[in-house]
Amino acid sequence: MSSETAFAEAHRARGLAPFLRSQMRNIAPFLTLIFLSAFFAFASPSFATLDNLGNILTQVSVTGIIAVGLTFVILCAEIDLSIASIANVTGIAVAYFTLQESYVNIANIPLPGAVAIILSILLCALLGLVNALGLTVIGIPSFIMTLAMMQIAAGISALLVRGQIAYKVPSLITTLGSGSIGGIPWIVIVAAIMLLGGHLVLTYTRFGRYVYMVGGNREAAEYSGLNVKLILGAVMVISAVCSGIGGMLGVAHFGSAQQNEFDTYLLDSIAAVVVGGTSLFGGRGGIGNTIVGLFVLGVLNNGLDHVNIDSFLKILIRGLILLAALVINVYAQRLREKAAE
Amino acid sequence: MTVGQQPILELQGITKSFGGVEALRGVDFALYPGEIHGLVGENGAGKSTLMKIIAGVHTEFSGRFLVDGQEMHFRSARDAHAAGIAMVHQELSVAPDLTVAENVFLGNQPTNALGLVQWRRMAREAGEQLARFGIDVDPMARLGDLPIGLQQLIEIARVLFSGARIVILDEPTSALSPPEVERLFATLRRLREEGTAIVFISHFIEDILRVSDTVTVFRNGRKVAETASAATSKGALIEAMIGRGGEVLEHSYTDDLMLPQPSDSQVVLKVDQLSLSRSLQEVSFEARAGEVLGIYGFMGCGQQELSRILFGKLKPDGGTLAVDGTRKTFASTAAARRAGVALVPESRRDMLFHQEPVYKNISISILDRISALLLKPAQERDIAKRQVDQLQIRPPVVGLDLGMLSGGNQQKVALAKWLTYPPKLLVLCEPTRGMDVGAKNDVINIVRDLRARGLAIIVLSTEPETVLSLADRILVLKRGALVREFKNEPVSKDRLLEAA
Repeated sequence: MSSETAFAEAHRARGLAPFLRSQMRNIAPFLTLIFLSAFFAFASPSFATLDNLGNILTQVSVTGIIAVGLTFVILCAEIDLSIASIANVTGIAVAYFTLQESYVNIANIPLPGAVAIILSILLCALLGLVNALGLTVIGIPSFIMTLAMMQIAAGISALLVRGQIAYKVPSLITTLGSGSIGGIPWIVIVAAIMLLGGHLVLTYTRFGRYVYMVGGNREAAEYSGLNVKLILGAVMVISAVCSGIGGMLGVAHFGSAQQNEFDTYLLDSIAAVVVGGTSLFGGRGGIGNTIVGLFVLGVLNNGLDHVNIDSFLKILIRGLILLAALVINVYAQRLREKAAE
Repeated sequence: MTVGQQPILELQGITKSFGGVEALRGVDFALYPGEIHGLVGENGAGKSTLMKIIAGVHTEFSGRFLVDGQEMHFRSARDAHAAGIAMVHQELSVAPDLTVAENVFLGNQPTNALGLVQWRRMAREAGEQLARFGIDVDPMARLGDLPIGLQQLIEIARVLFSGARIVILDEPTSALSPPEVERLFATLRRLREEGTAIVFISHFIEDILRVSDTVTVFRNGRKVAETASAATSKGALIEAMIGRGGEVLEHSYTDDLMLPQPSDSQVVLKVDQLSLSRSLQEVSFEARAGEVLGIYGFMGCGQQELSRILFGKLKPDGGTLAVDGTRKTFASTAAARRAGVALVPESRRDMLFHQEPVYKNISISILDRISALLLKPAQERDIAKRQVDQLQIRPPVVGLDLGMLSGGNQQKVALAKWLTYPPKLLVLCEPTRGMDVGAKNDVINIVRDLRARGLAIIVLSTEPETVLSLADRILVLKRGALVREFKNEPVSKDRLLEAA
């Protein structure tokens, strides 16, 4: 133990700079968040209020739930482009299995609420399993596999609602999606619990370690006798189930289930994970980073509404900030590699 | 034959060092037009370094470098190319997704006035060139779809027909079948008639003796012999390569070493008729508990493929594996690990997580033994600490990122990950490659200790010393087939090289 402390001291003596450089991945998103918050607080008096903090939290909740699973996928150096479509189809499915008002013109199958929820979760898990099999058994790159799944899930959505809009979902989903307890929206609590759960799994379980190791060096994981395909398959299923939960609560939150409802969540979720500093090359980052990324995105989206900017310019600004985050992401990876040499 | 002629290439007193270690010491070398010049020497003897100087890859060295009697100093491989020097490296460097014709004309496709590629002309000329080489292949076929040997021939053809006056071939025959070797030799002889100077590096001394006019032998960065091929023999060349007396830093294994009586302990691994396309041909052997089985062969002899099959990373085309008498077909490396097989590959990059701390590298293979669901970091660190102390890994800090350790210590970590719950069969590829003497001895002692604990150990190496220092029984693998078994008999480096 003494040698270890001696080493730690030697490490410290080597200076703060190399340490900071190796932590660039975690520091940069945090600084971005602080900078953005300070900027909007200065630019608009209505931004830095407790009420608005609540708004931001609510606004990022659905993205947050979807991003939990996506974090696992990106940590394995894979990608899931089907998250928004799977969220959409799961939200539509849970409405499809619920008795709708008579004016809703959908030939649906009303079932008890619990059954509707279970069936919907099974549906998204099944779609995740198809992603998993395509990736691991057939060997289709996840980018392409999930691109196909994006279409498939959208196709199922289209067939279920046929251009109509459904409104009713099981009461549990309605409560979790749009209710609140003690002034705190349930959807924020669900997002917080899922993010915490994801963090605990990644940090404290054997499976979480495997995810990091597979992402860090897939070849080495295989040479260590890990079942890499099983782990990759599992993260694809986890991602789909998280998306499905996000989709069900999202439908309740928006008050309707319809086609293309979640389209913006694909980019938002990927942006949240990557802006937070999780490496696209895998093995580095985690839920903590994703939370910071969610806040950066949430503050940005919300803050731009508080300042007087051309609403069409906002889209461009978001794109530029995403680009900056990606540059930092790649750059941080390089710095770290240099520090390790 | 060459008397009175001016050398096309002449090197005088070439010295080259890498970070204080001298790789070449005052080497003189001359190459004449119309000559095939063979180079032999052990790994690290300096032959590749010299060729890389000639090909403009290494540009910092001392000594004189003359082409056609003119002193030259190349600053890049491009300069060497301009001077008419081309090299085929040992590793394939082709573009598998391009067509055969595109590969043949890589970098100088024929174009018309508009700069568009003239496909028909390119295909026709590529076909003609390859036909001269005895290769009959559709020039528009995708190169990657052809067998490896053919790909290698096409790469060689590209260089041979690039118009170079000096062609260097580094181990061109290791992936070729005997008829392909014949085709290559016929082409080399034809080019020799046309006045091309060819340098031919190979571990296969028979090949060198058959095709070359002159042979130069390197040892420890020096040229120790140069002789007409007709006036020497395989035995004499091996002796010159290894050297007797003098210059011996470590145990050189030049004298006979007595292998012990083969053990009759339990058979842990039985391999029967294992085949893999061009790499392995009906390989059969057994490995026993408490025995170190050495498998020796040149680079590309099929060792790497064999080790990957044993660990479930590659699937054989035919043949069976049995561990402890039970037949196995490993679906994954995880299945091999569960069956009690462990592999330490030759490349540490493939085996280790450089951005993760040492203890996570050591615990990764045994996590399922110490934790069902939740990790137990304290226990992981304890286990790692014990291995680090036992294997004397420096610095002894289990929380340090692996990338901060030296190569030799990383290699020990690669071993350490399998030792807490020892496997039944441990497969080690090049376990001491690139290590200093101290680290080598540490590894040798670890392996002996594991043998005493009853593991079956297979050591695969292209370095005779490694096999000789560790093995109780030695198999020689040559072009994918087992050609010789040494057991209960004297063995030496000469005998091994002779067999391979």
